[in-house]
Amino acid sequence: MHVPDGFIDAPVSAATGVVAATAVAVSLRGARRELDERTAPLAGLVAAFIFAVQMLNFPVAAGTSGHLLGGALAAILVGPYTGVLCVSVVLLMQGILFADGGLTALGVNITDMAVVTTVVAYAVFRLLVKVLPRGRRSITVASFAAALLSVPAAAVAFTLIYWVGGTTDVSIGKVTTAMVGVHVLIGIGEATITALTVGAVVAVRPDLVYGARDLRQRLKLRVNGELVDAPDPVAVPVAARSQRKVWLAGLVTSLVLAGGVSFYASASPDGLEKVAADQGIDKKTEKHANADSPLADYGVKDVDDARLSGGLAGVIGVGVTVVAGSAVFWAVRRRRTADDVSPVSAGV
Amino acid sequence: MGAGHAHRLYRHGHSPVHALPPHTKLAAVFCFVVVVVSTPREAMWAFALYAVLLGVVAYVARVPAAFLLKRLLIEVPFVAFAVLMPFVAEGERVEVLGMSLSVSGLWGAWNVLAKGTLGVAASVLLASTTELRELLLGLQRLKLPPLLVQIASFMIRYGDVITDEMRRMRIARESRGFEARGVKHWGVLAKSAGALFIRSYERGERVHLAMVSRGYAGSMPVIDEVTASRAQWTYAFALPGAALLVCLLGWTL
Amino acid sequence: MSGLDAVSGLDTVTGLDAVTASLEVSGLAFAYPDGHQALFGVDFSIARGERVALLGPNGAGKTTLVLHLNGILSGGTGTVHVAGLPVGKRHMAEIRRRVGIVFQDPDDQLFMPTVREDVAFGPAAAGVKGAELEARVDRALARVGMAEFKDRPPHHLSFGQRRRVAVATVLAMEPEILVLDEPSSNLDPASRRELADILRSLDVTVLMVTHDLPYALELCPRSLILSEGVIAADGKTAELLSDDDLMRAHRLELPFGFDPRSVSAGSDRP
Repeated sequence: MHVPDGFIDAPVSAATGVVAATAVAVSLRGARRELDERTAPLAGLVAAFIFAVQMLNFPVAAGTSGHLLGGALAAILVGPYTGVLCVSVVLLMQGILFADGGLTALGVNITDMAVVTTVVAYAVFRLLVKVLPRGRRSITVASFAAALLSVPAAAVAFTLIYWVGGTTDVSIGKVTTAMVGVHVLIGIGEATITALTVGAVVAVRPDLVYGARDLRQRLKLRVNGELVDAPDPVAVPVAARSQRKVWLAGLVTSLVLAGGVSFYASASPDGLEKVAADQGIDKKTEKHANADSPLADYGVKDVDDARLSGGLAGVIGVGVTVVAGSAVFWAVRRRRTADDVSPVSAGV
Repeated sequence: MGAGHAHRLYRHGHSPVHALPPHTKLAAVFCFVVVVVSTPREAMWAFALYAVLLGVVAYVARVPAAFLLKRLLIEVPFVAFAVLMPFVAEGERVEVLGMSLSVSGLWGAWNVLAKGTLGVAASVLLASTTELRELLLGLQRLKLPPLLVQIASFMIRYGDVITDEMRRMRIARESRGFEARGVKHWGVLAKSAGALFIRSYERGERVHLAMVSRGYAGSMPVIDEVTASRAQWTYAFALPGAALLVCLLGWTL
Repeated sequence: MSGLDAVSGLDTVTGLDAVTASLEVSGLAFAYPDGHQALFGVDFSIARGERVALLGPNGAGKTTLVLHLNGILSGGTGTVHVAGLPVGKRHMAEIRRRVGIVFQDPDDQLFMPTVREDVAFGPAAAGVKGAELEARVDRALARVGMAEFKDRPPHHLSFGQRRRVAVATVLAMEPEILVLDEPSSNLDPASRRELADILRSLDVTVLMVTHDLPYALELCPRSLILSEGVIAADGKTAELLSDDDLMRAHRLELPFGFDPRSVSAGSDRP
């Protein structure tokens, strides 16, 4: 499913770039609560594992290539925020080291394979863990279902991105059928490996499974013959950075993408349209498959200047993303403050 | 644990390209790919020029053509896809050797093949002239958030541990008469995935504790400051600079 | 940083006592998240400049205890103080600098591409740079007699050499207390002797965790026996090793034919 350079058109690449940057910025903030210095290497291990798993590629007829994704495994073992980071790091390193997935398509790849899989998997997982009876078996079952659903979800997300910004007008029906069909099969493989891995880890080191935190019991300590309650373990945060810094980093990245790349991207209209116009065949071309999509007129038709219209659309898109991102930040911060207060009141 | 410091993708050498600070190379490759991707696909000659530019870099870096071509094989899945494009895409059709092919599909195939191949070749050159540890330091210097660099460095360290553990487990399996071939391989691998995970974790955890005990707090300490001089930046940006020129010509011609 | 102020403030307060223990452990109890309790209230204190052996059978909680000394494990009850400074989140960086742990397997300890970079890792993490960093590296390597191996990759050295480099990586941080986990394991007799000479030549507080009772007797005048998560005995090494009942009770065995009474305790040599 790794998208190479030049596969998705520039405006959509830039827009997904903004989505990805925002998601990573949010995750960097959230991950500080999930990781302490003992679990930080676990994130690296999960990333290495996913790296290995993703190297197994199956070519897919009308889509691109398909492989196991690993987002579910990451979300369950290290938590959803860190999970997004793990898969993003994998995609970044694959792009740099193995040239697997284009560097300019990084936004598409991260949005699709890091964000969608992790979020879908974790949502399904939490829901099932709440519904099912408490226990290790439930964790395994929930992992299976989460992984099973996360892969076709990513395939659907890919199809959507392709629909909006694909550079070749393969009919959307064909892409959907091929992508979703194959990824349902891959989802079964993914679910099996995820459930077996999570099951094995929960059995031996339940402390390493983020999704199984609720199973932990309050420890009793015997000190010189007397039983004492163990205090709540306090996680030591790694690489503590000020919230403002992370937030600013995210904002600056978004702005750079919005201001620079997006404008620049909008300056390069779809190559196909250019050919069509150059060769005077645009009248004969059939209606684009994406013509009725709300984003189809990314370069607004009524505006003659392609740069301006595309740029306008880009800025609007970025604006919407920034607002959405801020909403997420705000929500997270509120929850955080609530979390910070509770242990104090409990301690009194 | 000595392994993780040289990777199979890296080709040891003392060329001027090897000697460039890693962050300049990373930035240059990224800019080059951005330029390539934004080139109109009908300017076929521009892509030929890009390939020549990369050829010059490979020559200066003394990376042999055979090595480069072998590494390009990673692209095969995309090639398979690109070949299919003309058959499945919609729109205008042309007859080639008695087959009805889509014009937009042909353009699409060319677009993905040309841009994809150039992107892959640039990354291959980067990876074969830069050590992994240097790449990570480069990312750190390009202000990638420390947590991401940390996850990436652990990933690479664990990559070695996992390969190593996998080899041990395979030897253990084979010495008990299990020959893994094809699909059967998968069942057994899936079952050993959990065990592999825990074994790798516990081995890597000890190294991590040793690092933490010596004051590691999330980012590698800087032992040798490497700063890039203006000359080095200029040198590294010769590639994307030249590419940009070609790209601009591509748009205007 | 506010942490530094707190450090200096504490030093002036505790400095009044004149005799601040290098290491002070009291009431330390700890259970792993899976419920397995490893420590059940450990109390002991080590004065500055002492060399103490921590003896105990497998599974006694030795490694768990060591990981508490620099705050890698926490969350149980009890306290650890290093030169008067409590081990806790607030002073973690300073604690990690003061407590130098040499782990059992040098391959875990050495993770950088050259000996020099490995030794520089700790001080560099603490913010030491440039000439001062080089000087620290040279000094630490000279103290373990490995100066000429500075630019070699660690995995090309012999096991004994690697363990000495591992000691250097910790010495470069100029710790208050040196904690060695099984320093003599897997060493041939010559390497064992060389390491003992090095340890004797250092003027830091040493806590040596070991099964190697003759080595403990040779190097450490005082020993602690950790058994089932508590300190079961604390006294002169020679006396503890001569107490057959005590030894048997805690699954400690001397090598065949070794009689601690017949060995002059050479450990008091400076």
